[in-house]
Amino acid sequence: MVMYEKTKAHFNEKFKNLPEGHLLVNLGPSHPATHGILQNVIQIDGERIVEAESVIGYVHRCFEKLGERYDYNQFLVCTDRMNYVSTPMNNIGWILTVEKMLQIEVPDRVTYVRMIISELSRIMDHIVCVGILGVDIGAFSGFLHLFHHRENIYQVLEKLTGARLTTTFCRVGGMERDIYPGFVEEIQLVCRELKPALEEFNNLLIRNRIFQDRTAGIGGISQEEALAYGYSGPNLRATGVDWDIRKDQPYMLYDKVDFDIPVGEDGSVLHRTLVRMEEIRQSIRIIEQLITNIPSGSYHADLPHIFLPEKDKVYNNMEELIYHFKIIMHGIKVPSGECYLATEAANGELGYTIISEGEKTPWRVHVRRPCFWYYQSFPDLVRGGLLADSVATMSSLNVIAGELDC
Amino acid sequence: MIESILEFLKLNYSHFLIEEEQRNSNIPHVFLKPEGIVPVLEALKTHEKYSLSYLNDLTAVDWLGKRKIRFEVLYLLRSPKNKHSQIQIRVPIDEGDSVPSIVSVFKGANWPEREVYDLFGIPFINHPNLERIVLPDNFVGYPLRKDYPLEGPGQDYLIQDLLQIHIQDDISKED
Amino acid sequence: MGLKDLMNKPGEMLGDMAQVANLDSVIQWGKSYSLWPYPFATACCGIEYMSTSCSDYDIARFGAERPSFSPRQADMILVLGTITYKMAPVLREIYDQLAEPKYVISVGACASSGGMFHTYGVLQGIDRILPVDVYVPGCPPRPEALLDAVIKLQEKVKSQGLEGRRQEVMRKIQEINERNRPLVVR
Repeated sequence: MVMYEKTKAHFNEKFKNLPEGHLLVNLGPSHPATHGILQNVIQIDGERIVEAESVIGYVHRCFEKLGERYDYNQFLVCTDRMNYVSTPMNNIGWILTVEKMLQIEVPDRVTYVRMIISELSRIMDHIVCVGILGVDIGAFSGFLHLFHHRENIYQVLEKLTGARLTTTFCRVGGMERDIYPGFVEEIQLVCRELKPALEEFNNLLIRNRIFQDRTAGIGGISQEEALAYGYSGPNLRATGVDWDIRKDQPYMLYDKVDFDIPVGEDGSVLHRTLVRMEEIRQSIRIIEQLITNIPSGSYHADLPHIFLPEKDKVYNNMEELIYHFKIIMHGIKVPSGECYLATEAANGELGYTIISEGEKTPWRVHVRRPCFWYYQSFPDLVRGGLLADSVATMSSLNVIAGELDC
Repeated sequence: MIESILEFLKLNYSHFLIEEEQRNSNIPHVFLKPEGIVPVLEALKTHEKYSLSYLNDLTAVDWLGKRKIRFEVLYLLRSPKNKHSQIQIRVPIDEGDSVPSIVSVFKGANWPEREVYDLFGIPFINHPNLERIVLPDNFVGYPLRKDYPLEGPGQDYLIQDLLQIHIQDDISKED
Repeated sequence: MGLKDLMNKPGEMLGDMAQVANLDSVIQWGKSYSLWPYPFATACCGIEYMSTSCSDYDIARFGAERPSFSPRQADMILVLGTITYKMAPVLREIYDQLAEPKYVISVGACASSGGMFHTYGVLQGIDRILPVDVYVPGCPPRPEALLDAVIKLQEKVKSQGLEGRRQEVMRKIQEINERNRPLVVR
């Protein structure tokens, strides 16, 4: 095929003159052990990996160019589809960046709900990562039990935003609708049911001797290497560096809530899993502090030039009709300038760079994806290990292909 | 902190600095010439006080029609010791020029530089493996430039050999 | 009671253990209730497939019990997610490796028509390169929609014999070859 000629030539050049008994194996792009479309070309000697290299780009959906076509509210449909296991967090990150450029303040009610939904999506992401790690190693039941609780969170998101997965949560200046009656009780129920399920999963998988034998000491990385590669998030915390944007550069109201940051030691697969399990418990702790104290008030800032007014006022009053027309036709007037804002997504530091020239759509949008920076180090993590261990390593890194290729 | 960094750079690397007015950005930034990027980043990384030892982001912008020099490569650095404050280094380059690669200073710059080469066409000198990363190998053009249309000018050449499905039976004989 | 009369009344029992039917209909009945999928999951729709195969919605009750990751052992390929130009040759190779008779369900807007991504990198629908049987709209479609697609495919398999299936695939391939003239972009 013409399309892969240069890649094939590159690999033939890199892996020519293999020593006696070595084999070149292609793992992917469509492979049960890779989550999403990732290809790894591996040189193995028996079962030991000698050298590896990754090929990415199989699901490049051109979000950065779409950002120049869509305006500031419409780009939410693109951020939905980046990290598709914890969707509301990407949306919230984008909205916070735009609100920082406009320098507007939103009411506390909005911030509380955004934080609660953000922590719920972190729980969703970690459930998928830890569950799929079990499936890849061969333990299917734990995944099935935990996934039921993920469905419960989907029910809450569907009632709040209208969609299970592509939520398009928040608008610039607030949320698109107020929380529904029963929101508080349902989330309390979700948290109450999740706690014993986590302990059950812990006993089923994490404390299982086979799991610990397969994951302890595998795929580790030192602190200096991790920082040189640009790691962030649970993978970095598993190596012992206690960075968390929620504590270092707090955004929303994270400096007012109480939570701890779990830190591992040697960055191995087991430590990443333990860090993620503990982060789920800390997220439940944050939610419980916030859910009972949601302040009353409006669900959006009082900015008629930015936030669409309510529909019955649009149909009856002249002023709201004009605001509605101007926002839809001419867009939100973001002043000419640039902004970079990073939030702590489930995988690490998710940063948005927006460069605006004062027009309806941005001039340039760049997304700093955490997966892209730490997946580069995959050859270093698996070199010298066994082939089966590379599967566990890839699984524990939590690489989401939609975010990797952007 | 940006003022002391500027002083430090003016003292030691003034031949690399470019005088330009600050843009309206929330991150303080410095403009550098391309040949100065490796020594300056090395110095800032190993400095005891500033210690900008973490590369946060690497990207590029196409200013077609808006500014004289067409492209700008942006490096975002962070200093964990100084409360994680950030500084951005901007390198304006023209079409056809290339930028030295900083893979020797920060290992993690490998793929982001390949991505900038892939999508903008800015080559990096001394990069270990400068090839297309997110686009197919036979792709022609650099999509994130402003003169490339979003839909592409006609992408069928990429899968030309898949578009006609060849089957062995002779269908004309079926009734 | 001749054989022909019996066969015109499908499902009628002789005593309590015997039935008369076409060999074709028995085979189609067996095939339709044991369609083993090959989940070709690329993007967000893959996560909805994970939800569908878990205990809350459970695609296994419809016969899709064993998701096979080797194309030679699967009956149908579920294309879940966006297919880019870089991925299209891989999809075609995997489709070629499936053993006949094989079925294709294109799940989601991206696989059916390119979805919201009318961009330089995304293939505008897998029916440019493969003959598709069922299209599932949605972004992503709900698990119930995916189950409905499996049910529709089951009805199609039950009603079509081997020869009818072959003719249909040949006709679809002819249409694809005719349709693949260069895509005109505005």
